[in-house]
Amino acid sequence: MKRLFLALATCVAGLVPLQLQAAGDGHLNMGVVLEPPHLDPTAGAAAAIDEVVYANVFEGLTRIDRNGEVKPGLASSWNVSDDGKTYRFTLREGVTFHDGTTMDSADVLFSIERAIATDSVNAQKALFEPIESVAAEGAGTVVVTLKRPTGHFLFNLGWGDAIVVGEESADGNKANPVGTGPFTFKRWVKGDRVELQRNDAYWGEPAKLATATFRFIPDPAAAVSAMMAGDVDAFANFPAPENMVQFEADPRFKVVIGSTEGETILSTNNGRPPFDDIRVRQAIAHAIDRKAIIDGAMFGYGTPIGSHFAPHHPAYVDLTNRYPLDLEKAKSLMAEAGHADGFKATIKLPPPSYARRGGEIIASQLREIGIELEIIPVEWAQWLEQAFRGKDFDLTIVSHTEPMDIGIYARESYYFDYQSEAFNGFMEKLASEVDEKARYAVMADAQKQLSEDAVNGFLFQLAKHGVWNAKVKGLWENSPVQANDLTEVSWEK
Amino acid sequence: MTLFLVKRLIMLAATLLVAAIVVFSVLEILPGDPALVMLGVSAQPDTLAALRAEMGLDQPAWTRFFQWIGGLMTGELGRSYTYDVPVSELIGERVVVSLPLAVMALTLSTVIAIPLGVIAASRHNKTLDIALTGAAQFGIAIPNFWFAILLILLFSVTLQWVPAGGFAGWDAGFWPATQSLLLPAFALALPQAAILTRVTRSSVLEVLQEDFVRTARAKGLSRNAALWRHAVRNALIPVITILGLQFSFLLAGTIIIENVFYLPGLGRLLFQAIAQRDLIVVKDLVVLLAGSVVLVNFIVDLGYAVLDPRLRSGGGHV
Repeated sequence: MKRLFLALATCVAGLVPLQLQAAGDGHLNMGVVLEPPHLDPTAGAAAAIDEVVYANVFEGLTRIDRNGEVKPGLASSWNVSDDGKTYRFTLREGVTFHDGTTMDSADVLFSIERAIATDSVNAQKALFEPIESVAAEGAGTVVVTLKRPTGHFLFNLGWGDAIVVGEESADGNKANPVGTGPFTFKRWVKGDRVELQRNDAYWGEPAKLATATFRFIPDPAAAVSAMMAGDVDAFANFPAPENMVQFEADPRFKVVIGSTEGETILSTNNGRPPFDDIRVRQAIAHAIDRKAIIDGAMFGYGTPIGSHFAPHHPAYVDLTNRYPLDLEKAKSLMAEAGHADGFKATIKLPPPSYARRGGEIIASQLREIGIELEIIPVEWAQWLEQAFRGKDFDLTIVSHTEPMDIGIYARESYYFDYQSEAFNGFMEKLASEVDEKARYAVMADAQKQLSEDAVNGFLFQLAKHGVWNAKVKGLWENSPVQANDLTEVSWEK
Repeated sequence: MTLFLVKRLIMLAATLLVAAIVVFSVLEILPGDPALVMLGVSAQPDTLAALRAEMGLDQPAWTRFFQWIGGLMTGELGRSYTYDVPVSELIGERVVVSLPLAVMALTLSTVIAIPLGVIAASRHNKTLDIALTGAAQFGIAIPNFWFAILLILLFSVTLQWVPAGGFAGWDAGFWPATQSLLLPAFALALPQAAILTRVTRSSVLEVLQEDFVRTARAKGLSRNAALWRHAVRNALIPVITILGLQFSFLLAGTIIIENVFYLPGLGRLLFQAIAQRDLIVVKDLVVLLAGSVVLVNFIVDLGYAVLDPRLRSGGGHV
């Protein structure tokens, strides 16, 4: 017995030196929750793909910076014709892919044509829908002609799904991504980590980190231990908000609560009775206590929203008081709609904690006005199949994490089944309007319309719970696109 | 003995076939379209159709079933939908984590449990026995994932002796890789060791009442010699049965433990594959795991035959 413990003790004592190699200058261990299924952003929707390779390995014609602004990427400049339909991109010179081949107009053409082809498996094919034709003028210029003026075309080109791939290497990008970015792909130990190293032939300012490793840690408890043990230097978006207090109290760590593009909503099936009645939806809106949900489900992190729009966007209108918490009003609206005695319905909750915890709180809040919700937990795959595709749901909670996605309300037969001529009109106007001020005005009208119609229960903007080693500098505080751009990251000396 | 072997092999094949049919049918019924999971909420219908065609999902179920079974027979496991690499490659990468982990855990639990069980039995109703039985009860009651978290807090967070998780990889060297597996193996082994200790103890106690032990003592063997030479060997049959059963529990346990320690093993692969509807991986893995459980039971049966010569002639026990 004694010998056994002795043996164990000597075993573990021998391990000490190995522990210290991780945090050396120039290397970053970045924790991410989900492992990407593969590493090609042009062939999958998983945010986990962009979280590893966007801006690090792959670049597009434009890029989205940490403030959500459109910056030149592989196109050093561009000009737009007066009718807003022709974009002439001047490509950077001397850019090479990681396999040594030159990046020129042929690759840009190839990338765009691949994305719009009929057999394309690009998850955001809609981004390219406005494109009518694309042509090269020599090796250094690409001209894109649109079917109609498209306001945020340049922003769309900055998405991970619109990166420029090499004609020679595109087919292998899933397993061996070859881009033009400041980091090259080194290896992927499936289930564990992806390793990147600095691209010394990078066209722009070289990365400060020599190497970076993305480690996949899905379990929140494991993530806490990994941070505490120093196995991981940073979590750009920590999976469990309940642990932020613990990190805040520890001087080794820096906690940064940023914003995301995730509008978290109580999606309501507008096509199904009794939710097709605007009075029922208004009653729900009056019964929802956003603060209680944010405090209870998200431990206080999150900004209340009153429509489907990100509060940090310049065109944001605060509509959280359109339907203030008022149970009497809610009950009278229910009675007006013929549901004085309330009714029963279901709420399908996907796995994230905002949904599972938020759902329980909403169920108790709606009980106050006589709506008895049966809680049905579902997996993502089930949610996609049943709620999203099959529209088989009454209520559900989901965070719509794509940037500037208010346009989904204009989609025909989208899962929450909202139909409004007025709203569609705003979207058409927005698509063709290029003047920024006028665009913001239309965006404001659109937000008001959604709020007025109480389409969904608008809950809160998902926060980004960043926690990292206090000596790490340069990580993104917000996530205007789903990315962990490591270009400017360094260790404090 | 030959008949015994043949019978067992037929059983093995039949079990695998049933497992294959069950898992295929269950996954057919299970809601969730792999293409939709891959492409997400913005995907357009034509894009989804293109991906489904690429995955071969546009073919009828029975065609896919026979293609899959035919593939399995010829060792062709198919291609993962999500990772887009051969499933055999994925499994190969993961087996080198899970198998050593399971073997380490099984070895640890045996090495801890059998001596403790025998010692407890030999000190029947003395303080040490009561202490060991109590500790075993405690060990059974502790869920392994919770114990794992305690281990991490002590050895990784506070003492910083071992990493809190992850797998260094065998190419990083034998020791760093083994080191990544130490805590998980220990966390897996403890509850198993607790059960095994109790089984060994009661089994040895029972055998100690047998006539042949008394005879051995009467022959002049010391208490300890009679215990180790005669009683323990005879007490091992129930212990081996439990060991065999524990192997299946270990496989189930690795799914949780591999998540707690974020180890890239088979358990986590299965977990991920189910969530992402990487159905081909799920099917292959379930058949593989079922196969290994059946195989272990087969080895356990052989173990009985080694321990108990009466079974070799094909007598009473099947």
